Amino acid sequence: MNPLEWFTQILAVIAALAAAPLFLGWVNQCRAWLQNRSAPSVLQIYRGLRKLFNKDLVVAQGASPLFGAAPYVVFGTMAVAAAIIPSMSTRLPFAATADAIALVGLFATSRVFLSLAAMDIGTPFGTMGARRDMMVGFLAEPALLMVIFVASLLSATTALPQISERLMTQSLTLSPSLAFTAVAFTMVLLAENARLPIDNPASHLELTMIHEAMLLEYSGRHLALMEWASALKLFNYACVGFSLFLPWGTATGEAGPLALLTAIPVLAVKLLFAGIALAAIETVSAKLRVFRAPEFLATAFLFAVLGLLVHILLGG
Amino acid sequence: MPATLGSPLPTIGVLLCAWLLIALLSALWPSPDGGTRLLFPLGALIGCGLAVTAIHALTVLPQGALEWRLALPLGLPNRPTHLALDALSAVYLAVLGCVSAGVSLYGAGYFRAPQALPQGSPPGLLCCQYHLFLASMGFVLLAADAYAFLVSWEVMALSSYFLVVTDHRVEAILEAGYLYLLMAHVGALALLLAFGVLGAAAGGYTFEALRGAHFSPAVAGAAFALGLIGFGGKAGLVPLHVWLPEAHPAAPSPVSALMSGVMLKMAVYGMLRLCFDLMTDLAWWWGLIAVALGLFSALYGIVFAAAQTDMKRLLAYSSIENLGILFAALGLALVFHGAGMPLAAALALLAVLYHSVNHAFMKSLLFLGTGSVLHATGQRNLGRLGGLIHRMPWVAWLTLVGALAIAGLPPLNGFVSEWLLLQAFLYSHEVPQPFVNMALPLGAGLVALVAALSGYVMVKFFGVVFLGRSREAGHLPVRDVDPEERIGLAWLATACVCLGLLPAQVVGLLQRVAVQLRVGVLPDNSAPWWMLAPVSGRQASYAPLVFLAAFVVFVLLTIGVVRLIHRSRASRVEPWDGGFGSLDKRTQDTAEGFGQPIRQLFEPFFAMRRQLPSPFDAAPQYRVTIGDRFWELLYLPLAALMQRASGVIVGLQGTRLSGHLLYGFMTLILLLGLVL
Repeated sequence: MNPLEWFTQILAVIAALAAAPLFLGWVNQCRAWLQNRSAPSVLQIYRGLRKLFNKDLVVAQGASPLFGAAPYVVFGTMAVAAAIIPSMSTRLPFAATADAIALVGLFATSRVFLSLAAMDIGTPFGTMGARRDMMVGFLAEPALLMVIFVASLLSATTALPQISERLMTQSLTLSPSLAFTAVAFTMVLLAENARLPIDNPASHLELTMIHEAMLLEYSGRHLALMEWASALKLFNYACVGFSLFLPWGTATGEAGPLALLTAIPVLAVKLLFAGIALAAIETVSAKLRVFRAPEFLATAFLFAVLGLLVHILLGG
Repeated sequence: MPATLGSPLPTIGVLLCAWLLIALLSALWPSPDGGTRLLFPLGALIGCGLAVTAIHALTVLPQGALEWRLALPLGLPNRPTHLALDALSAVYLAVLGCVSAGVSLYGAGYFRAPQALPQGSPPGLLCCQYHLFLASMGFVLLAADAYAFLVSWEVMALSSYFLVVTDHRVEAILEAGYLYLLMAHVGALALLLAFGVLGAAAGGYTFEALRGAHFSPAVAGAAFALGLIGFGGKAGLVPLHVWLPEAHPAAPSPVSALMSGVMLKMAVYGMLRLCFDLMTDLAWWWGLIAVALGLFSALYGIVFAAAQTDMKRLLAYSSIENLGILFAALGLALVFHGAGMPLAAALALLAVLYHSVNHAFMKSLLFLGTGSVLHATGQRNLGRLGGLIHRMPWVAWLTLVGALAIAGLPPLNGFVSEWLLLQAFLYSHEVPQPFVNMALPLGAGLVALVAALSGYVMVKFFGVVFLGRSREAGHLPVRDVDPEERIGLAWLATACVCLGLLPAQVVGLLQRVAVQLRVGVLPDNSAPWWMLAPVSGRQASYAPLVFLAAFVVFVLLTIGVVRLIHRSRASRVEPWDGGFGSLDKRTQDTAEGFGQPIRQLFEPFFAMRRQLPSPFDAAPQYRVTIGDRFWELLYLPLAALMQRASGVIVGLQGTRLSGHLLYGFMTLILLLGLVL
């Protein structure tokens, strides 16, 4: 058992937990700049979390234990997912316990628990949000899986660290099949994280919201955990994207502790640019009607399939 | 290996005969309750014994010698009945024993309840049919000649028919039973022909003779197609699925659990036996037909499940989905096997076996859960349920395990088989056929879509039945279940968890089937016991036990830290009503509403009839009925054709004496013409 690897492992989880709200804050700040609004501080998310953790808990009558358990389950699955994704180093001892397919399963688990909790009180908004979120989820999951499929075919493995290592041995170019799947992945990321054009994270308009509708009954520490988990989810998705399409700069085993020191700033730079890109996409796109979401995600699926066909036909 | 007294085959035979004995006893039981209080737990005990023996047989089965055989001087004169036990039948026998143990125990409580049989068969008769059904499934698995197989198959179909029509005073149930009987016999006829074709070509009806024979492509293809009709009909492959959503809800819940959980697996067993054991030289592309049919059935089943408002029909459609996945995996294994890719074929075969085992447990668990709900509330309609987690916590939490498992979520068992299937699909681009190697990987996308949709369906099922507020005030006083029912449910739920957490051990056992069928062998890698790495650790690995442990530790840490930082008080208030001030049970979303996105997205699948109110209606009504297109496309025209044909024949028969004399004369002339 290598102590450095375990240190990296724990560091990866802690860094993800700590940096996820910062990343979300950065995206929000970029969005505000691009939209000519005065921007909130990048630390705003932390302040919100602190405020929520200090508030008393208000639980709706008729809530079952499932309602109280769901925030912990959702937060826990996202943290376990963060332990699997090779964001800084590909030598993660814990990553062998779940491969990319299991990662998709973990995301699905958190979504199902969130939806069940939303249905628990029996308010119309909660159930409506649950059904819409599950709809987006079941359409996004095949697209995400096809993306992973292409990456797995390229590297003959479904383990994320191995996929990253395999891609890093190539020169700094994106193969054509990966270019298509990168587009597909970005679309899935937008949909799964309740960003525009599928869902507006800033909106509380009843008829259009999806993710926020499911959280309406949550308060206090439960809400804090849920918000933190959704920030973590965005962070995780970004890191999955880096490990599939931009793995360069991640520390691999042979390089030792020094590589880890360079890997952290590299990750920060990647996140910086990813945040700008995300904000730019969200600024130029308008929210789609709920029933246009299937078309959006079907397009994502088709891009992933194109990537697959390009790989099989051209071998690239 | 010949069967000696100590070997597993006679033990299993004796255990199956014990089930038959219970059936006999319950039919002759003096008191009116038919001894259900005693006989059902006894049957469960026998099931446990069967499972233990079968698993033991699987572990001690030597790699070289394939099976134990036994020839009993029963049945046709001079034609002994052959029984045999090999790895394949041992796996399914273990499933039969294990699942039936939980279901029988549950049944002991269920059938005792006063509301179980309002006007149906007496309990003694029910108990008799139930155990006959169990024993017949056991003999289907042991049969080693076509005659014994078909006889057991038929007994299985008939005993389950009588179980389906337990409530035989209800018109709809009788109709469902009739449909089931009809479809079962169309399937049995196809199987008879399949074995007939093979037997004629091989010159013998024992499996031993069939195994040794070489079949021409035409014979093998015909047998495969007939087998697909026969076994596929039993499994509910589209378009032979119409009986399933009618018959499964009609039966009492423990019977639905066994039919969906175990009996449908007999079809998978039969197909595996036919394709991988009896016929060795089947053209690879037959597998593609199974893949296509299976995937289509899976999608069709799950889409219909999402639109259902009756909880047992919803589960029945979900069974169509799961059996579709199983047949697709089986077809994939056939393609890989035919293309000479042993590793991929073994993976796909393992996915079939693992998913058979999984589905048996999770679907039985869910059906038993609906049985408890049905007893407690008298309602099957999702639109009248809700909020039961407060009043039946045991049933709710145990059903949640089944729902999460069937939705394919880690770390439960449904995910493992899905994972194995996707791993097998990763090899599909290596099939040395152009176009096939491009089309097959898309199947993985479809599998993912179906898996994600089944998550949707399970959220709907669990959320509408157990969460929210009660949608109907007039429920019977809801009670939680009897201890026997609780143990039965917990047994199945525990099995789901264990099968999910210990995949490497289960795969180790199931792998013996792949070896015995000469499909392929997984490489021996040095993965630790808690990790499933079918090919190699670098290629793919999955260790649910470890990540569950990490998850639990992390969640406990989070709870500890959160409580430490701030000891906030929790207060209960009314849910937020959006400022309108009138939230009640009627403002909740309904089951129809939850299924609406699916109805809209997959509209071409449904035959939908909308009844919209006009502006002048005093009591406006909005009603949508969802029908199966295959009734209009296939079954009703077929029935009309039959009616017309029989009309013609009736017309021919109804002539006077002179007409009949004319027929006789013409037949004579025709025969003379043929002879000369």
